[in-house]
Amino acid sequence: MKLSKLYKTTILLALLVAPGMLHAALTIEIVGAGANQIPIAIAPFRTEDALAQKITPVIAADLARSGLFKTVDAGGMVPMPYEPEEVSYPQWSARGAEALVIGSVTRLPDGRYDIRFRLMDVVKQTQLAGFVYFASAAQLRLTAHKIADVIYEKLTGDAGVFATRITYVVKKGKRYELQVADADGFGAQTVLASNEPIISPAWSPDGTRLAYVSFERKKPIVYVQSLTTGNRQTVANYWGSNSAPAWSPDGKRLAVTLTKDGGSQIYLINADGSGAPTRLTHSTAIDTEANFSPDGKSIIFTSDRGGSPQIYRVSTAGGQAQRLTFEGSYNVSPHHSPDGKGFTFIQRHGGLFSVAVQDFALGQVQVLTTGGTDESPSFAPNGKMILYANVVRERGILAAVSSDGRVKQRFTEDAGDVREPSWGPLVNK
Amino acid sequence: MNKILAGLLIAGVLAGCSSTPTKEQEGAAVEDRAPGATAPAATPADTGAVATPLATPTGTADPLKDPANILSKRSVYFDFDSNLVKAEFKPLVTAHARYLTQHQSAQMRIEGNADERGSREYNLALGQRRADAVKQMMELLGAKATQIESVSFGEEKPKAAGHDEASWSENRRADIKYKDKGE
Repeated sequence: MKLSKLYKTTILLALLVAPGMLHAALTIEIVGAGANQIPIAIAPFRTEDALAQKITPVIAADLARSGLFKTVDAGGMVPMPYEPEEVSYPQWSARGAEALVIGSVTRLPDGRYDIRFRLMDVVKQTQLAGFVYFASAAQLRLTAHKIADVIYEKLTGDAGVFATRITYVVKKGKRYELQVADADGFGAQTVLASNEPIISPAWSPDGTRLAYVSFERKKPIVYVQSLTTGNRQTVANYWGSNSAPAWSPDGKRLAVTLTKDGGSQIYLINADGSGAPTRLTHSTAIDTEANFSPDGKSIIFTSDRGGSPQIYRVSTAGGQAQRLTFEGSYNVSPHHSPDGKGFTFIQRHGGLFSVAVQDFALGQVQVLTTGGTDESPSFAPNGKMILYANVVRERGILAAVSSDGRVKQRFTEDAGDVREPSWGPLVNK
Repeated sequence: MNKILAGLLIAGVLAGCSSTPTKEQEGAAVEDRAPGATAPAATPADTGAVATPLATPTGTADPLKDPANILSKRSVYFDFDSNLVKAEFKPLVTAHARYLTQHQSAQMRIEGNADERGSREYNLALGQRRADAVKQMMELLGAKATQIESVSFGEEKPKAAGHDEASWSENRRADIKYKDKGE
């Protein structure tokens, strides 16, 4: 296929203007806060002022966005500490800080940067963590996210997810763009653009591929696209509709919904599209929206075999499905928590759709959002936040809620309607 | 097909930094391979303009395009949460089934649709159920299963853009498209 001249021009322009102009495609607003916020001071790193991409503002924004930290002003401290021996603990203590981040940036002869930071316990007057990173100018933001991850993990005990990525679909007029961005909304890249709808993107467990449904050939077909090469493969294009891809934890198989044998049923296929599909569910109703358990032994899915859409679980070896949800007449779109102990889903109350979580052990349901048009919930890889879509004033936006319901974030896109988000895995930790 | 392919763009672009972080952020990774085996190998670039020869009167008008013929009617509407083909649409479905039995080489695609409320994937399945209901009725009337592919657009291609019952009822619909007519 030859790309039309118009699109070639578009790509070229994008390459010319992109360096130095990276801006947030998504703007994030925080609503609510954690029960206990850790007061942390982040001292500007030595010589970071000279950088086009400063480090510490990114760290501060990451920590603030989690809702679990309160940033203590580091301004006007004389002298500003860059090394442990330069820290005057009583002064930081007086400002209310319990933790302090210090560091430096040094430009190396090869053009890269040496970035080192230390996390200091102000109360105990000891070092909690310290790392050195070597990064190119283009990797400065990622390095800042990695530092924020270390701080988050040391102080909360949970893995940080600031260095992860998200995917979502933006609708601009009649055009659909599948995009991948950093977890803070920066560095958005379009990986597929089409004049027909794109839905249901799903990350491969190693974060290198996306499976999704595209309608570009007048019907829903499942594709897998490499994010490293841009190449893609048709993995499910059977008679009828093909949709709802979900990856097995080993990245070798996909669960998909096919209608080739009549009705929407769940099948397992190889992630490279080879071989014949194996049918996993056998009902005369709708079975769709499969999601693998982290151990790969079972899937949860939406089915209306009982008369209304509810969530069920079935072994990936087949067999009888077990119903999991009983409250209300509309429970859909299940996604496992990373620890496999529960799942998030959408529950309808009256005419409103809310994000909820349920644990497998007790079957207890917790509704996390006040509800409206919430859709497509998925956990952050540390299980602490749930990313979802909703509509505000006729425009699709992304939102996130902490798994305890306390912290809420709202992501808005400048130029379009955003939907179908999915939070990518932890990689290269 | 041409138009669809040209309207499609795969790009691992937009980062454009000269340094080397992840591979994805390197320059353009534009796929210039057709996304499907069925696509012609080299199609001319689409410029947005499509030249169509003027229709030559043959004396036998296409009944599928004749506004006076019931075959020009292509949409079956459904009630909320229902895939029952209502009595008022049975003559339409019957006429298309008869056309298929009389034109064994004709093939159609029935596109099911759903209103926007709730899960996109579940709505895709609801639209499929509507398309399947129309397909089954045509098969009972003598059309061959291989002549009819039922697919779903779910809530993705609404006919009416509003967020009220008037729009939603427009969108609970199955549309009949004849494949060999380029529809």
